[in-house]
Amino acid sequence: MSDMTLEVRNLRTHFFTRAGVVRAVEDVSFSVQRGRVLGLVGESGSGKTVTGFSIIRLVDPPGRIAGGSILFHGRDLAKLSEREMRGLRGNRIAMIFQDPMMTLNPVLRIDTQMIETVRAHAKVSHAEARARSRDALGMVGIPSPDERLESYPHQFSGGMRQRVAIAIALLHRPDLIIADEPTTALDVTIQAQILAEVQKLAANVGTALIWITHDLSVVAGLADEIAVMYAGRIVEAGDVATVLDRPSHPYTHGLIGSVPSRNKRGTRLRQIPGMTPSLLDLPEGCAFRARCAYADAACEKDPPTTEPARGHALRCFHPLLEPVA
Amino acid sequence: MSAPVIELRGVSKRFGKSFDIAARLTHRLSGALGRPYKDQTVHAVDTVDLTIRKGEVVGLVGESGCGKSTLGRMVAGIMPPSDGSVLWQGTDIATLSPEAARAVKLKVQMIFQDPYASLNPRLRVAEIVGEAPRVHGMIPRGTFDAYVDAQLHRAGLDPAYKRRYPHQFSGGQRQRIGIARALAVQPEFLVCDEAVAALDVSIQAQILNLFMDLRAELDLTYLFISHDLGVVEHLSDRVVIMYLGRIVEEARAEEIFAHANHPYTQALLSEVPRIEARKKHFVGVKGEIPSPIDRPTGCHFHPRCPHAMPRCAIEAPALREIAPGHRSACHLNT
Ligand SMILES: Nc1ncnc2c1ncn2[C@@H]1O[C@H](COP(=O)(O)OP(=O)(O)OP(=O)(O)O)[C@@H](O)[C@H]1O
Ligand SMILES: Nc1ncnc2c1ncn2[C@@H]1O[C@H](COP(=O)(O)OP(=O)(O)O)[C@@H](O)[C@H]1O
Ligand code: SF4
Ligand code: SF4
Ligand SMILES: [Mg+2]
Ligand SMILES: [Mg+2]
Repeated sequence: MSDMTLEVRNLRTHFFTRAGVVRAVEDVSFSVQRGRVLGLVGESGSGKTVTGFSIIRLVDPPGRIAGGSILFHGRDLAKLSEREMRGLRGNRIAMIFQDPMMTLNPVLRIDTQMIETVRAHAKVSHAEARARSRDALGMVGIPSPDERLESYPHQFSGGMRQRVAIAIALLHRPDLIIADEPTTALDVTIQAQILAEVQKLAANVGTALIWITHDLSVVAGLADEIAVMYAGRIVEAGDVATVLDRPSHPYTHGLIGSVPSRNKRGTRLRQIPGMTPSLLDLPEGCAFRARCAYADAACEKDPPTTEPARGHALRCFHPLLEPVA
Repeated sequence: MSAPVIELRGVSKRFGKSFDIAARLTHRLSGALGRPYKDQTVHAVDTVDLTIRKGEVVGLVGESGCGKSTLGRMVAGIMPPSDGSVLWQGTDIATLSPEAARAVKLKVQMIFQDPYASLNPRLRVAEIVGEAPRVHGMIPRGTFDAYVDAQLHRAGLDPAYKRRYPHQFSGGQRQRIGIARALAVQPEFLVCDEAVAALDVSIQAQILNLFMDLRAELDLTYLFISHDLGVVEHLSDRVVIMYLGRIVEEARAEEIFAHANHPYTQALLSEVPRIEARKKHFVGVKGEIPSPIDRPTGCHFHPRCPHAMPRCAIEAPALREIAPGHRSACHLNT
């Protein structure tokens, strides 16, 4: 098996709404290797969730994948039938949603749901499926998993529910997990427990992870690579140190600068003026230009993706040369 | 040191049996499973003493459900305590005449996490912002428009938008409307309850800057409730840490981030993701956040505390001063 678990090339996912075309994902390329964590960061509406949904093929009309390829171990997911996709989903590829109730059925006991998931993809006895479910709950740090299997989702706290959803994602030790803001609603103490489990999974099982978040501090501690999305495009990507310590894109730079700990205590924060544009019929040109201090006439065209250094991707006509963070 | 504006003395808040549906269902199920009936009182805030002085920014931190919002509501005078007293500039607000109580209530305004839920969708921005000050006779005759424009402008909104409805604004703009509405009644004290939690990073920075500017401009005092320790560290002069309804530690911001004393504070701070950290080794505070209905005995933190001793399960530690201006509630200090 090659070390490249997922390679997304020039992905485009558009929503053809009555009001016009929403280019939610536009020419997005990235890859994730076995056992590595990619942090996909961006503000709300930048296209992170739609990117995740595209990979796992859960985009509903009026949205559809309008171009590009999604190579999972070399096989293009964009071309698979729904039946073939069902064989992979929950088995080789799993998704963890921000709201664990997207995964959990409120009226079924946890054991029923987990055993069902195990047996959907593995020909094992009921007892074996139950044992695997219990082990998965133990792995995510749920105390007394045997008893907990007999509970209903509402008997868990939010953090525990999310851990159950993660346990379900782990059941088949997938090659790829897409996690969409799974800890955003949780307390730091619980978030840290979950991040610890995720780190173990990548290290021990070799699972490749796409960790979607708007929180730069979480990816700083968790990810190997970062891709920064803005208005449907990846504007900068590379290893964590390159992107966070020496950002070249004015947006990445502005985003990092606005994090409170990057500013002297009690002083005004560096802020990016304005707000994110609507993706509906977005005009040509760099979508950041209305907020960018370096914008000029050149920026009225779409900046192409360049590779200023190996493994560092950038979409900007006037990258910052000096490490200014 | 400036004079206290708000003092909480032995303040508690308990909630009775008004369960939500999920709680009722759990209750019924556990009954069906033959578990014994338990007292269902929620001890949301438990004998809290806190003084906030003029011009201070006090950050209030703690896990979900530990009582931060309940405490904030009592400070804002929109929820009476079950026990204890809330003093405004030295006077117990429970002893004020209805008229004086109304005036004090206006002096303390609250800003919420979800600006949308707290704005009436049927009113135009001008009405949302101008209604309360007009009712309270704060706007001189014939100057309503100018008054509203000034409030919007101060909150960083173009007054040209004032005929619009809340749904026509972005999240950050709605939060600005909420701020303009609060400032319109000329408060001296703002309780901000997760006021930037729902906002994107770049918009969050804009709103935090607005809070800092307003503090300087209007000499405001803040109780700033947030689960984001980075935000709290940046903004606060003093930080208060709550655990299951009680204050467990309180100190100047620099002091608490450099020399946390309480084991819970230490655990909390060690798990805060920081943008400077690379490939951090996450651990997590072991165990679950306990329920305010079924509270652990003694020190509430003992089931999760790495330093717990036999005494901790029996006796609740008092919040005592361990250095000037630094209070902590832990038996390790005695
Ligand atoms: N009106 C109410 N009736 C019953 N219980 C309540 C009520 N309001 C709050 N509680 C309970 O009191 C406790 C403290 O709630 P509070 O909203 O103050 O927590 P919080 O610290 O603000 O949490 P979060 O970080 O999730 O906002 C919780 O257990 C909550 O469920
Ligand atoms: N069902 C849909 N119909 C139309 N537009 C949509 C739909 N779902 C998402 N979008 C649009 O796609 C863009 C990206 O959304 P999303 O991926 O959810 O952002 P993020 O996860 O980064 O917050 C947004 O502009 C959003 O409004
Ligand atoms: S392309 Fe132009 S507008 Fe866009 S980020 Fe670069 S300099 Fe700014
Ligand atoms: S009193 Fe005991 S249990 Fe509580 S924090 Fe201190 S050492 Fe830990
Ligand atoms: Mg999303
Ligand atoms: Mg709250």
